[in-house]
Amino acid sequence: MTKKAKRDTTLTVLLIIGMIIFLQVANTTFDSYEKQVLSLMAIYGIMAVSLNLVNGITGIFSLGHAGFILLGAYTSALLTIPSEQKIAMFIIQPPSPLIANLHADFLTATIMGGLVAAFGAFIIGFPVLRLSGDYLAIASLGFSEVLRIFALNLQSVTNGSLGLKGIPNYTNVWWSWGWLVVTVIFVVSLVKSSYGRALLAIRDNSIAAEAMGINVFKHTLLSFVISAFFAGVSGALYAHWLTTIDPRITTFGPTLTYYVLIMVVLGGLGSITGSVVGAVLFAFLMEWLRVFEQPFTLFGRSFPAIQGMRMLVLSVLFVVTMIVWKRGIFGRSELTWDAIINFFKKFGKKADERGVGK
Amino acid sequence: MTINFTIFIQNLLNGLMVGGLYALIAVGYTMVYGILGLINFAFGDIMAMGIYFAYYGATLIRLNFPFAIVFSLITTAVLGILIDRLAYKPLRNAPRISALITAIGVSFFIESFAVVFFGPNYKPFLDVLEDKTIAFQSFIIGNVYIPKIIFIILGVTAAALVVLFLIVYRTKIGMAMRAISADIPTTSLMGINVDMVIGVTFAISSALAALAGVMWALRYPSFYPYTGFVPGLKAFIAAVLGGIGSIGGAVLGGILLGVIEMMLITFFPTLMQYKDAFSFIILIIILLVKPAGLLGKRTVEKV
Repeated sequence: MTKKAKRDTTLTVLLIIGMIIFLQVANTTFDSYEKQVLSLMAIYGIMAVSLNLVNGITGIFSLGHAGFILLGAYTSALLTIPSEQKIAMFIIQPPSPLIANLHADFLTATIMGGLVAAFGAFIIGFPVLRLSGDYLAIASLGFSEVLRIFALNLQSVTNGSLGLKGIPNYTNVWWSWGWLVVTVIFVVSLVKSSYGRALLAIRDNSIAAEAMGINVFKHTLLSFVISAFFAGVSGALYAHWLTTIDPRITTFGPTLTYYVLIMVVLGGLGSITGSVVGAVLFAFLMEWLRVFEQPFTLFGRSFPAIQGMRMLVLSVLFVVTMIVWKRGIFGRSELTWDAIINFFKKFGKKADERGVGK
Repeated sequence: MTINFTIFIQNLLNGLMVGGLYALIAVGYTMVYGILGLINFAFGDIMAMGIYFAYYGATLIRLNFPFAIVFSLITTAVLGILIDRLAYKPLRNAPRISALITAIGVSFFIESFAVVFFGPNYKPFLDVLEDKTIAFQSFIIGNVYIPKIIFIILGVTAAALVVLFLIVYRTKIGMAMRAISADIPTTSLMGINVDMVIGVTFAISSALAALAGVMWALRYPSFYPYTGFVPGLKAFIAAVLGGIGSIGGAVLGGILLGVIEMMLITFFPTLMQYKDAFSFIILIIILLVKPAGLLGKRTVEKV
């Protein structure tokens, strides 16, 4: 290990320890609403990092993320809800016996959610990844809608349009941030491996990559499946955060995919750290903009509550980002320790220069 | 299972009607795609705005229904031009994916805008008519009930398509549009104001969307800010089915999709709820088997 790599590992470990201390403090001092928002930030972070693996790093534009999140959410929720409660909840049709009797603890349920989503991506990937560009985008969006339509109609498995209610509230800051750390470490290591290099090559020029002997289809499928696994995990966490699943367009439909896309674009397509920052920023803005959805006062004048105002502000921010500030916060580059240290060095130097000038 | 003949005829007519609506929206999609190679993701939402404009034209400004339609066509056309100028024009030379993401952003913006300014709840479109019963009247031939509205929708669709064909194939501006779809730099060297022609294309396609929206709302009279989403996707599927970029293809694809959907329901009534899922499966199959669509030209990508 070189000196630099050693330094980076030490700093990363220190960061994680710092984070654990912060979460411990937050867990004891924050009120329950603030803890909920803190968890949501990490859940969004997992969604954004996993979408970025496909859209930013492999460079194939998938819009099917909500479908994988949905798969993870349903799988895990059906595993953690006690069977008596399931039987009581499925009023229109009783749950199929297989589903009624299955039960698992939260960790197993989360991993199962991820695996089912990954399997879904594997099946969907075969037709969808043979397409390219805009067609791939629409076809993947179509598949996520197909999954949602099935969720709406398979009464004995999903309880149809009634959705699932009373999911145990297992997601806390530890689960969500823990999974976020796992996701980021996994994706960063993947990008640094030969597989990751191949993915970047495919993004930059898939024909050239193919000519260099990279099996483009196999690699894109791999990244699609891994991305879906983490999307499924985030779905599981999300379901146990919301405690209800309601398969509507605006909850687990394309709107959710758009949210994740906004986070990724804000943070910078292709930057993993950017996705995390984008997700945290998005969750923060979503909560902060709530002030407009209650009666509020501005410049001494009072206004009535405006429903939907935060979505309007976020969509404007999204479009303006795309047109004016194409690369987002980080563009394709990562926030590495080198960058941080250089930033402070430069900052220090500038301060020195200013000091000398005086 | 026996198929009742009257049900078959009735569903065939319904399929033709829905197909006509798909065709009308698909044509708008395909015009923009043919010229810019851009999937105007916001197209379904532009259609929804057309419905809102017609609704408010009739209820707030108290226009007669035909004038409310004209009002909606004009305002939606202006909206289309504005969207092009503000959102798509700055990205003309950017990668196609950036344009697609921006289009998604525009779609999201329009939906949020409608939620904030028009309210998130369903609205009854038939308030625009003085005599609401016309939407429910039907002719009865034998055992077949034919809603009168079918003839209005099919008639308007056919008339709009004829006008569109005349514009694209018989006028100077139409010739300019076809030239741009072949080669933008060369067209601009020939002294054609490319931005102006693209603006006109957006205006025409948005007006078509508004017209389709009004017809859609006559058939499915309650609407809300996300009304455009499903028809927008269906129209895209129709455009791909027929061969995206080709106007004739969009018409053919729209009508085929409408009829196929209704026939699915006729023969397998239990699959009714999966109708939308089925359309996406058609899309995937078409893209895999015949990516250029039924009437599209096959292009070979050169390296």
